[in-house]
Amino acid sequence: MSNRISIVVVSGSLERLQMAAMMASVGAVSGNDVTVFLSMNALQHFAKGRPAGPAPEGPFGKLLLEKKAPGFKQLFQSAAELGDAKIHPCSMAVDVLALEASDLEPWLGEPLGLTKFLADAHGGQVWSF
Amino acid sequence: MAERIVVDARGSFCPGPLMELIARLKFASVGDEVEVLSTDKGSAADIPEWVKKVGHELLEAREDAGVWHIALKKLK
Repeated sequence: MSNRISIVVVSGSLERLQMAAMMASVGAVSGNDVTVFLSMNALQHFAKGRPAGPAPEGPFGKLLLEKKAPGFKQLFQSAAELGDAKIHPCSMAVDVLALEASDLEPWLGEPLGLTKFLADAHGGQVWSF
Repeated sequence: MAERIVVDARGSFCPGPLMELIARLKFASVGDEVEVLSTDKGSAADIPEWVKKVGHELLEAREDAGVWHIALKKLK
């Protein structure tokens, strides 16, 4: 039986992006319908060719950078490619950052508005980071 | 008997070994045996859970000198 899991990511911190990516990837490959909504400070990290990655929030984030943990973008991409997760930029954040679809990672879906996201999330689990 | 496919995910952290296993499993045939090697303790517990949840057959899960060997047969 598949469950619906909706994940809202607004933080630009490494630890939160990593945890959201872990949940999205494991959730998606375990037979759940996963939708990720990227907004606020999170979205900038999904623009192509960014020189700097997200900053760690605390000591754990620094350890993540030192150890061989899979990167958050790699995990989100696995969620999409191996588990059919739908990963969407928030349409408002796309407008505020003046981004074009071609500026974003190719495995992201179309910009999504809150109305559609909330309608899709109805009755399922919602996680926010 | 078909040769067992080995996925070497030593040194990676959760959920890296699981993702590497699934990426390889996608290209395996039903009936193939796939074994993942992991040094991550969390993955050693998590991968058998995943195998059970999605309905493959867990063949073994053992530790040998700090390396976990988790093997499954692809059933679908």
